[in-house]
Amino acid sequence: MILRRTVRLCRQWLLLWLANKESIMANIFSDHKKLERNVSLLGLLALVVVTIGGIVEIAPLFWIDSTIEKVKGMRPYTPLELAGRNIYIREGCYNCHSQMIRPFRDEVERYGHYSLAAESMYDHPFQWGSKRTGPDLARVGGRYSDEWHVQHLKDPRSVVPVSIMPGYAFLAERELSAEGIENDLIANSRVGVPYSKDMIANARADFIAQADPDASPVDLQKRYPKAQARDYDGDPKKITDMDALVAYLQMIGTLVDFQAAAAQEQAK
Amino acid sequence: MESLLLRSGAWFGVALLALVAFIQTTEPAYAVHMAIIGVTALLVMWVGMAKTDYLAVLNGWIKAPVDESRYDDDLIRWGVILTVFWGCVGFLVGLFIASQLAFPALNLNLEYTTFGRLRPLHTSAVIFAFGGTALITTSYYIVQRTCRARLAFPSLARFVFWGYQFFILLAATGYVLGITQGKEYAEPEWYVDLWLTVVWVAYLAVFVGTIVKRSEPHIYVANWFLLSFIITVAMLHVVNNLSMPISLYSSKSYSLFAGVQSALTQWWYGHNAVGFFLTAGFLGMMYYFVPKQAERPVYSYRLSIIHFWSIIFLYIWAGPHHLHYTALPDWAQTLGMVFSIMLWMPSWGGMINGLMTLNGAWDKIRTDPIIRMMVMALAFYGMSTFEGPMMSIKAVNSLSHYTDWTIGHVHSGALGWNGMITFGALYYMTPRLWNRDRLYSLRMVNWHFWLATLGIVLYASSMWVAGIMQGLMWREYGADGYLVYAFSEVVSAMFPMYLIRAAGGVMYLGGALIMAYNIAMTIAGKYREEAPMTETPYDPAKDRPVVPAVAAAVAGE
Repeated sequence: MILRRTVRLCRQWLLLWLANKESIMANIFSDHKKLERNVSLLGLLALVVVTIGGIVEIAPLFWIDSTIEKVKGMRPYTPLELAGRNIYIREGCYNCHSQMIRPFRDEVERYGHYSLAAESMYDHPFQWGSKRTGPDLARVGGRYSDEWHVQHLKDPRSVVPVSIMPGYAFLAERELSAEGIENDLIANSRVGVPYSKDMIANARADFIAQADPDASPVDLQKRYPKAQARDYDGDPKKITDMDALVAYLQMIGTLVDFQAAAAQEQAK
Repeated sequence: MESLLLRSGAWFGVALLALVAFIQTTEPAYAVHMAIIGVTALLVMWVGMAKTDYLAVLNGWIKAPVDESRYDDDLIRWGVILTVFWGCVGFLVGLFIASQLAFPALNLNLEYTTFGRLRPLHTSAVIFAFGGTALITTSYYIVQRTCRARLAFPSLARFVFWGYQFFILLAATGYVLGITQGKEYAEPEWYVDLWLTVVWVAYLAVFVGTIVKRSEPHIYVANWFLLSFIITVAMLHVVNNLSMPISLYSSKSYSLFAGVQSALTQWWYGHNAVGFFLTAGFLGMMYYFVPKQAERPVYSYRLSIIHFWSIIFLYIWAGPHHLHYTALPDWAQTLGMVFSIMLWMPSWGGMINGLMTLNGAWDKIRTDPIIRMMVMALAFYGMSTFEGPMMSIKAVNSLSHYTDWTIGHVHSGALGWNGMITFGALYYMTPRLWNRDRLYSLRMVNWHFWLATLGIVLYASSMWVAGIMQGLMWREYGADGYLVYAFSEVVSAMFPMYLIRAAGGVMYLGGALIMAYNIAMTIAGKYREEAPMTETPYDPAKDRPVVPAVAAAVAGE
């Protein structure tokens, strides 16, 4: 019914347009002269025209519920992982590595389950990347040993002879302090990451506990389920940039339990 | 001035050699002597340089006498010099990081020179330093002449120009030091973003102010494009950079949006940095300099109205094509694809309007290398605005995304369109700004043209091959049902293509250096003695050109 009425309306408009084509066109172009003489009008209309696309495309992402699917397992980054992620951003890893597996057979076989929107819901900003000069890292967590990562970051060609990645030996030298890490958590909570008061209060302790092989990870894992705690860079005496970066790399893409999700899909 | 430059350069060279010897030697006595030599050389250099009155020299180059009846061109002269400078810097860094991909040892094992930190330096140096300075410079030039009015708010105009250069300085040093937001083409951190916002609003005020005090009744089409570029970039910049600093004493901030929303906001920004910075702004440039150099009016007034409104309306929608098959909802991807394909026609409207402006002046392509440059710019603009919509089709994108094809695509746009049209504009403006009869050398322009064109051809074709090869190798299955190639095998297969790309970069940079020399000599007031570009055999008795075959016959008699 609505469809038929719309078609009829469109046809009427089309006929009207065809009948008066000449005069309508002439009017449009002569009316445009008004715009060309008035810079405020021209600027204002240009602004209106350029805002429409963004409003229609971006705004709904904030209120359509299905944009980010509900999955179990997502949690905010631990303080050490967050520091590692900041090093990942600082060194510009996103220039060569993506973190977004597309739902193609070859990508899923090469890298693992395709990426879900929920998996980057606490990423301020996203690091999906746009170029694979190196492989995708969306599920690199747990794929290689810590020793491999440290060796590979220090001298990539010692483990992958044809690699063209820069060496990052300086990361192992740079000591990383827990001081001020709570500010990072606070800033994140201000933009919507659900860091609790407890998490913020214990940020420094959690930071140290995750990189110290002698500390007990019980409290850390209570706050951040599945958090892995150990000495990452092979130097238990100090916490370095390398510890934080490897801690981050080892957790990317490991939070969501896809086994559970698969069973759910089948039951339906 | 040149002799001073030569002398100080020579003394500096001596000091540098002494420094090398000082570091290398193991004999303390020799080291002491080298230190004495080095310090003396620096002192002599300093004495020589201190004698010169730089302000007078600079004023001679840059400042025009204050004359309200003439256009305010001091900033534009600075802009020409800085555009050339940033261009060379941007191309050089690009060549360096391209070489890093072929020879990773060039990362030098230093944190400041890794690809990850230098790549944003390259992209920003070319887009924002070279492109941005070119846009501010030419927009000041165009808006005064098409409005027949001096720049409004002269001191604010100076603030905009130098404030923007300061933004470039902060951004560039930040990248090397590792200060970044981690969003492509929006890397500068919160305090630098705030600074740019202030500068940009002032830019809008100067631009609109000049239009308001115009003595022409109509606003010329170039100014529509420049106005929409300034307005839209302000909107994109502010929204995409909303973020929460961790404190006032830290460079680090966290962006307001996360995940999917962050991704689409970023590519809404990123694609329209292309759409409005590199397309609308540069179309404004094109709409002034092409008709001027061709000495013909713009081809179609109606076409310019249609393609202006449709291009600014449609471009904004195209962002999601950077996120095909990602976790972005399908409806947004499809919408982005549809609008990207529709964008093809209005984009070509600009190309058609530019090329057809040469109606009746096509012979200038043969005789005038500057026109040739502009025509090549429009041709590359047309090519990349066809390639773009094609790559935004989801099926094509599933192959091309994440590969070097994308890199080739943006470079045919950036080197071909933005680079060439800017070079054309610089060659047009320089003799007029410094009151010279002509450029130092037109033959050098011709060399520049061919080096740049061949450089782009090498660049684009090697990246097509590289990108399609990557895409196919990643997804290739063997008869056994397993993936054929490991990722590292695909990386090593890229080596020859990366070499060819770097060779293209060398040629493009070489052309730019020739331009730098040519423009410097023009500013210095020199003219190269050279044979004219075209020598048509001419018969004065009959008062008509001689056809080559006839000419040979005449010579043989």
